[in-house]
Amino acid sequence: MRWDWILPEPVSNLGAEIDSIYYLILIITGVIFVVVEVALVWFLIRYRRRDGRRAEYSHGNKTAEVVWTVIPFVLVLFIAYTSNDVWLKAKLADHEGGAPPDAIPMRVMAKQFEWNVTYPGPDGRLDTEDDFAVRNQLHMPVDRAVRVELGSDDVIHSFFLPDFRVKQDAVPGMMIPVWFEANRTGEYDWACAELCGLGHYRMRASVTVHEAGEFEQWQASRGTPAAARIAPADTAGAQPTTSESEESA
Amino acid sequence: MSTTQLVAPNVSAQHWADPSHPDERPFIRKYVFSTDHKVIGCQFMFLSLFFLLVGGLLAMMMRWQLGYPGQPMPGGGVLPETMAPGGILLPEFYNSLVTMHGTFMIFFAIMPLLVGMFGNWLIPLHVGASDMAFPRLNMMSFWITIPAGLIMVASFFVAGGASGAGWTGYAPLSAVPEYSGVYMGQKLWCISLVILGFGSLMGAVNYITTIVNMRAPGMSWFRLPLPVWALFITSILVLLAMPVLAGALIMLLFDQLIGTSFFLPETGGQPLMWQHLFWYFGHPEVYILILPAMGIASEVISNGSRKPIFGYPAMVGAIVAIAFLGWVVWGHHMFMSGMNPLLGSSFMVSTMVIAVPSAIKVFNWLGTMWRGSIHFHVPMLNAVAFVAMFVIGGLSGVFMASTPVDIYIHDTYFIVAHLHYVLFGGSLFAIFAGLYYWFPKYYGRMLNPMLGKIHFALTFVFYNLVFFPMHNLGLAGHIRRIYDPNQYGFLEPLQPVNTFITLSAFLLGAAQLVFIFNLAWSLWRGQRAPANPWNANSLEWSLPSPPPHGNFTAMPHVYRGPYEYSVTGREADFWPQWEPPDGRPAPDHSPDGVLIGDQKPASREPHR
Repeated sequence: MRWDWILPEPVSNLGAEIDSIYYLILIITGVIFVVVEVALVWFLIRYRRRDGRRAEYSHGNKTAEVVWTVIPFVLVLFIAYTSNDVWLKAKLADHEGGAPPDAIPMRVMAKQFEWNVTYPGPDGRLDTEDDFAVRNQLHMPVDRAVRVELGSDDVIHSFFLPDFRVKQDAVPGMMIPVWFEANRTGEYDWACAELCGLGHYRMRASVTVHEAGEFEQWQASRGTPAAARIAPADTAGAQPTTSESEESA
Repeated sequence: MSTTQLVAPNVSAQHWADPSHPDERPFIRKYVFSTDHKVIGCQFMFLSLFFLLVGGLLAMMMRWQLGYPGQPMPGGGVLPETMAPGGILLPEFYNSLVTMHGTFMIFFAIMPLLVGMFGNWLIPLHVGASDMAFPRLNMMSFWITIPAGLIMVASFFVAGGASGAGWTGYAPLSAVPEYSGVYMGQKLWCISLVILGFGSLMGAVNYITTIVNMRAPGMSWFRLPLPVWALFITSILVLLAMPVLAGALIMLLFDQLIGTSFFLPETGGQPLMWQHLFWYFGHPEVYILILPAMGIASEVISNGSRKPIFGYPAMVGAIVAIAFLGWVVWGHHMFMSGMNPLLGSSFMVSTMVIAVPSAIKVFNWLGTMWRGSIHFHVPMLNAVAFVAMFVIGGLSGVFMASTPVDIYIHDTYFIVAHLHYVLFGGSLFAIFAGLYYWFPKYYGRMLNPMLGKIHFALTFVFYNLVFFPMHNLGLAGHIRRIYDPNQYGFLEPLQPVNTFITLSAFLLGAAQLVFIFNLAWSLWRGQRAPANPWNANSLEWSLPSPPPHGNFTAMPHVYRGPYEYSVTGREADFWPQWEPPDGRPAPDHSPDGVLIGDQKPASREPHR
């Protein structure tokens, strides 16, 4: 049986930073957890009812209360302060510290129950003639940022790349920028993390991180008018687990 | 001018129980359409325990699918084709299970147990009143819960099944039937919750009025038992939060019924507005579900430790602080929603700060036990478990409050673990503590302590085996609300953990049979309860078990705070609130009591 105590290896630029905050909190809360639970069990044993012993008559202790008010206060503000920097880097894609200017623009539109990725083509810009779209596959080069415009055609979905530590809801009526940079090649899972209907569980896709040159080749092979249409074979989506009675519109 | 004398409806018009006139109301007025707060509390108990059972069964069906994906569920053959053909759960039915488990547990089990049952059981007796301020309104708040529950249950059996949009009902999935495949069920979900909300409001108005106006002489604010403080603050939260939910639900209903588009973007609506409205209600709701539990735990821990509660003013302050900070943290449910990330930063800070009053409460419970003389009666065992589990639930909350960490663990099993550590490990253990503690007062019989200990031990062990591993699943990225995790390569290796959790969940469910048996057996055969089985201090223990209709024969008089245990220089290790300080015998409030000393129905004195 697999018991995960540590996070899976991150493959993105911000992954390690996010994980380090996780471990920081794990250490702080872990120490508090052990201290409190040990004290609790110790008190239960030490102060169990015994003949001839009476509980101490006391209504509290101001000093102790001030101490255990101030310490958690300082700790949580410290955690919040440490967290904020990474949060803004991750989420403010179009601000200082966000997506670099050379990030590859892409558009991801979610709909029940698939992801459609529009690539910029050789000119590197979206909404031009050489754009092409692929369903359920996100291809990107290693060590180069991608800036995704994320939207949805129907309900709320959530763009979740576990190994990248990336998650962002895709909301109909909004285009939300998401950016990330892979630092390792390979193929990774891409999931929908927001309940979006009966096929939510199989709204699966994949992210392929290529070597730098390899990505251009892949892009060139796709950037032809014939490839612009989505071929059914492109789908990496999952098959239903059981036969589904009706497909939603 | 009418000559009819109008009697001002003030507190002195309370009718004290008169022993010479036994309760002669017919059965139906006494036990069914009763205005007696104690009976209404018992009615809430049976109703909510029933829904707790329903919610638990729904959870076990989910666990079957997660433990044994795609295999026919034992006994699943009884379910109709639209839910589980051949016993194999359908994805759309699974989504309904997810939704209805959450809905039943939150709105029909935990909330009515804590607020409906304990609110009714405790408030009038704790403050020394003959009943609630508005007994008929009180009766109505229970009876309006019945149609709400029936409508919710009925939604399983309409075409399209019950709502499958999650208990959070995120629009547009919830607003457009074509997206969810659920038609009538979603509308019934909205209607049921609006009706239920009315019941909660009636209760809240009643509790606030009773606590403010009907405290017995001497019962100053800072002599109130902590459950009353918790229920008072909770009632304020209910009063302010439920109308927001009702408004949001009606908007959602209109989007489905009459073509408005509050939450539909293509016609100018805002999906995020639903989330803001829902969580503006939803986060205070979280505290509605934990504050009364904290009050109950405080009461039981002080009694079990035979020691005054550590830092009473701080405990009250923490309840108030949690409740009011609770209004400015709703955005932490929405870090990934597309809300402005800068708003995320400020919600992170307010959320982190709420950890401080929570920590104060935990440390003060530990302080109460420190140098106490701890009696391990069944209520105390459950209350201590509440503290131990609430610590875990509180600490795991810090991970999600940290926005960058939340990027990864949001909508994973980590949050499922966290919320169950708060709502099951926290609220439900406190509910069990309170049930074992106060059951004798309202039914006149003790729950069997041996069965109680067995129930506690099994529940504690299996509960942790079910929910602790969910943290590990979440760390591996296991998404929540997912019908078949094996669709994902990275989740496949976790199948054995899921199967382990499922088996533990079945054992946890089976352990509750001990409780059900104890409840049924003790109701008829339990040992007769004395007036004060726990040697406790608050006013209800001055009365026989069960207390008569109208409670006190004379206006009780309160001489001290509720936690005067082990007072130096006194032989007994408790000092009831009603006992006069100068050693005079305590007045007997019971129906056959002979009044001695200053026990004339007391003239009103100003409070405090």
